[in-house]
Amino acid sequence: MKHVKTIAKPELNKITEHSGCGECRSSCQSACKTSCTVGNQVCEQRVLVRNSGK
Amino acid sequence: MIHAFNFKDDYFVYDVESGSLHEIDKLIFDILKNNDLANYDKKEVEEAKAEIETLKANGLLDAPAPEYKMDEKRLDVKALCLHVCHDCNLRCGYCFAKEGTYSGAREMMSLETAKKAMDFLIDNSADRKILEVDFFGGEPLMNFDVLKKTVEYAKQRAKEKGKFFKFTTTTNGVLLNKEASEYLNDEMDNVVLSLDGRKEVNDSVRKTPNGKGSFDLIIDNFKYFRSIRGDKSYFVRGTFTSKNLDFSKDVLFMNDLGFDQISIEPVVLSDDHPLAIHEKDMPKIFEEYENLAEEYVKRRKDPEKWFSFFHFVLHLNDGPCYKKRLVGCGAGSEYLAVAPNGDVYPCHQFVGQTKFKLGNVFDGKLNDELRHTFAKTSLFTKDECQNCWAKYHCSGGCNANSVNFNGDMNKPYKPACEMMKKRLECSMYVFAKENN
Repeated sequence: MKHVKTIAKPELNKITEHSGCGECRSSCQSACKTSCTVGNQVCEQRVLVRNSGK
Repeated sequence: MIHAFNFKDDYFVYDVESGSLHEIDKLIFDILKNNDLANYDKKEVEEAKAEIETLKANGLLDAPAPEYKMDEKRLDVKALCLHVCHDCNLRCGYCFAKEGTYSGAREMMSLETAKKAMDFLIDNSADRKILEVDFFGGEPLMNFDVLKKTVEYAKQRAKEKGKFFKFTTTTNGVLLNKEASEYLNDEMDNVVLSLDGRKEVNDSVRKTPNGKGSFDLIIDNFKYFRSIRGDKSYFVRGTFTSKNLDFSKDVLFMNDLGFDQISIEPVVLSDDHPLAIHEKDMPKIFEEYENLAEEYVKRRKDPEKWFSFFHFVLHLNDGPCYKKRLVGCGAGSEYLAVAPNGDVYPCHQFVGQTKFKLGNVFDGKLNDELRHTFAKTSLFTKDECQNCWAKYHCSGGCNANSVNFNGDMNKPYKPACEMMKKRLECSMYVFAKENN
């Protein structure tokens, strides 16, 4: 495309079998304690896949 | 829903439901914003419009929301904020915990209560494998012996049950001697070190009980901890107030001291407090976030200056799932706080508010009706969030702030919303610069 460059396309709206597994960190436990930021967290299932080299 | 925005001369469009981020030219931006197109070549405009339609056809722009039904019945617990000490050796001017007491007595958690809290967490965690405990206060190192014995006990119990603990300690650094540093480095998954930045900024708010600044007391302790921490997780975490709206200088100062994992949070105080942030401060705060984002991109190209800023970290491609984005922190359901006497609250921000007390770890049973109220609260129940482009990044904001300012978990605390949106635009700019 000439006018657009796609930077990320995570398909957030696709629900997978692991959606809601609950193994990710509670957002408030990291550093904030006063705000509710979830977008800067990582999905533990994706970490597992990455670490297994798949 | 889409959000087209610019960061100075760079233009972007974020697709809310798919999470896609596109860098665009000014023409596409003007089309999406319904701006006047009279100065553009007609053929170029048609070409750009065709590209917009292609994005839509590929589910990358104006994508639909998924059909998702919340499971509100699950009340498994996976994380505790463990208040091992309701006392503090500092007297910070903005402390929401009222000098660590949470408006109650100065008291330490007994080992018996801490062990009971660990049993409570394990027994109520159903099939969750990873459990989290944040040693919090007051100042948790004032009860260091109990902290250490609790870690030992929790690890032993987790092993028996096939689970795994991730520990965090949040400390002001006064008691962070070499022994404490080495212990925390070995046992903690994450360590949060409280520091507000420049000495004069820190010392104007973070004071000892006799009114002296704390910077000189703690800074060498934090530097030592950093020197042994390697690449494991920690945060130097500050708070900015109306007295240091130029907080980007504090972030960069902490980076210059050698810290590379930094967070600075806006203070949350009622409007009449002298340190409170007001609506009129927003333009300056937004400018600061922009300045910080530009310097952040520059410094991260230099291995000697590289650092991570908590609110600019954005995992667009491997971030949380949809459900996590609906419920956020899980306060009251999967995340709870335990006071020194064993009383359980939805989170640390509610500790001491008796109407939110959920029970006690020695009771073996909590007020599940109230917990269900928290579990049901999500993006779906917050009317004002429905049309917000940033909703999947904050999950509707901090429920405690909503209650404390607006008396209702479903009515978000607006100043936090505005700052969240600005930080998110900055972090998307950073992401684009580093992934382009």
